[in-house]
Amino acid sequence: MVLFFQNFINALQWGSFYALIALGYSMVYSILMLFNFAHGDIFMVGSYIGFGISVALIAVASSGILAMPNWLILVLTILISMFLTSFVGIIVERVGYRPLRNAPRASAAITGLMIGIILETGNLALLGARRVSFPSLIETVTYNVGGVFVTNKKIMIVLVSLLLTLALHQFVRRTKWGMAMRAMAFDFAVVPLMGVPLNTMAALTFAIGSALAAVAGILFGVAYPVLDPYMGILIGWKAFVAAILGGRGSVLGATLAGFLLGFTEIFVATIFPSTLRDLIAYSIILLILTFRPHGFFGEPYSARLRL
Amino acid sequence: MLRNIRASFSQIPLIGWLLGALTAVALDLYVGTSLALTLGLPKIPVLFGFVIMLKKPVMIPGAILYVLLIYVLPAVVITWSTIPLTNRLAATLFRLPMVIAVAIYLALLYAILHLWAGLSAYRDLVLRLTLIAIIITLSLNVINGYMGEFSCSHPGFMALGAYCASVFTVGLLVNDRLFGAAFLPPALGPFLFPIALIMGGLVASLGALIVAIPSFRTRGDYLAIISLAFLFIVKSLLENLEFVRGPRGLSGQPDWAGLPTVFLWTVICIWSINNFVRSTIGKALNAVRDNEMAANAMTVNTRRTKMVAFLFAAFWAGVGGGLFAHVLRYVNPSTFGIQKLAEILAMVYFGGLNSVYGSIVGAVSISLLGEALRPLEIFKWIIIPLLLILVMIYRPTGLIAFKELDVTNLLQPKRNPGGKA
Repeated sequence: MVLFFQNFINALQWGSFYALIALGYSMVYSILMLFNFAHGDIFMVGSYIGFGISVALIAVASSGILAMPNWLILVLTILISMFLTSFVGIIVERVGYRPLRNAPRASAAITGLMIGIILETGNLALLGARRVSFPSLIETVTYNVGGVFVTNKKIMIVLVSLLLTLALHQFVRRTKWGMAMRAMAFDFAVVPLMGVPLNTMAALTFAIGSALAAVAGILFGVAYPVLDPYMGILIGWKAFVAAILGGRGSVLGATLAGFLLGFTEIFVATIFPSTLRDLIAYSIILLILTFRPHGFFGEPYSARLRL
Repeated sequence: MLRNIRASFSQIPLIGWLLGALTAVALDLYVGTSLALTLGLPKIPVLFGFVIMLKKPVMIPGAILYVLLIYVLPAVVITWSTIPLTNRLAATLFRLPMVIAVAIYLALLYAILHLWAGLSAYRDLVLRLTLIAIIITLSLNVINGYMGEFSCSHPGFMALGAYCASVFTVGLLVNDRLFGAAFLPPALGPFLFPIALIMGGLVASLGALIVAIPSFRTRGDYLAIISLAFLFIVKSLLENLEFVRGPRGLSGQPDWAGLPTVFLWTVICIWSINNFVRSTIGKALNAVRDNEMAANAMTVNTRRTKMVAFLFAAFWAGVGGGLFAHVLRYVNPSTFGIQKLAEILAMVYFGGLNSVYGSIVGAVSISLLGEALRPLEIFKWIIIPLLLILVMIYRPTGLIAFKELDVTNLLQPKRNPGGKA
């Protein structure tokens, strides 16, 4: 039972990364009906931007110009990286997706993939092949709750990701921009005729998605402090799986599926040898999609007329 | 004037080009080395001088001159000056039964490739890998281009084929640490190699059932995920099978996939896929892509069509994988990951959807570009993606999309002997 709760905590943490990244995929999908295949690499870029900013802030703080406690540095790092990474997302949209608005969907997928490769290689060319380690900004404090070990980092990661998901949910539900997004998701062709600016909305969704990916990247750096240029590939594709599994364009679905994927992976690794993790986790996903091909919250597809 | 030149070049039949290329390659073979030394190059530029130009900028004039003197000038002069002759030859060949004519053309093409690749082991390897890339790209085009799905499972099919064929050859025909002594005499090997490849293809088709059956109920993004999950599963499965040495990979494949074998399989693949997509079921495939509901109403059996297409494409991917394993003579599961997927997708979408020509062009250009830009090291992976983005922006369906490969048209003489164009 203790083992179960221990893994439950680990899975919550692991799932929060997937959920935060999957939200970005899902947001873009709901507006443009396209997946941003560079998203995993935007996560990587966000993580590196966070690394750069935290190093810079630590240098400023330690030089005594502007004394800051470490938690403030972390908060500032997250906020500034969110802001900067959102521009990366906007650039990706402008270069890779806007010129292809009327092209076949697969073409945009290819440009996304290629931008991802450029981001990875660009990082490799700029910073070299060495791995960098994320500065540890907060001391790890371990609480022992009835035999289950919980660290303050894990609590922070889960709380921040849940908070951001809720904030996004409220943004989409309550604000005028959110309403425009929902309208756009409802009808891609007509809503721009009603005066909703398509390009601005697309850029906005890319920006929000990328900002969330940046948070995921920094939190990932806090939990696993070694960064490398290819860290975004696998986690990005897996989050893509989660976004689809949740049902396309659904904020709630993407979050749930992200956590579900985290839980599946962690629990499979506990019960079976950990090398079988991908095998069993993806077989489960394959089964789910075979019996529920439209994900949890998606619209079913039918090749026949429904009368 | 430009139009005149273009008009006269459009009169060159295929055989003219082939003869020109043969001359160029023969020159490369006989006077290449001495010319290279005269021009101050250390040896014959292996890949049309690209590598040497990027490595040592001083050599650029020499390399360009070499390419001009050996390849461009003789080829152009020969093809252009023999237009009447080659057209008459093409007309003669055209009157022969199709099979014989095609065999002659292919023999000529093989002779060119053989002479070109015979000069260095590096060329040979690049050529074989390029031919395999054609097989893989073409088979993915059946699913992504002709059927209009976005399948991500191709490296998985390749892996199945590669491992199955390798286990067959390494296990049965070669003395090996892992599988013990050879079960059959190794002399039989080259004859049993096609069986190994076909078995690899069949196992890949069997794996394709996992993707094909869900495709009855879903399309587009969900199918993409199912195929992606399939890729992860295959890779993970191979990593966990101790019987094929898990993540350390399987080595010791015999060297049976020489240039003739690979060339032959590539020709068979192009022939069968070209016939497949031009058959009734190939047209049905296009109908399913454009509107599944309408196709269904027009009595197209959509399930059967999808199933056949998936199994067929996976079969060729498996054969390609088997050849790939025997060319490199080492495979490990991580070869067949997301990066391989990006590479194959790039070839398909660069060349052009729904077109056999396109796949050939895409596979050849991306593989040769990858080799030619090798001296740039990692910047290669900035230039190639940028190129692809530009192609996608200006020609979203690829360079040569929606074009049929019509052999009759290709072999026709381009000018009547009487002089009428």
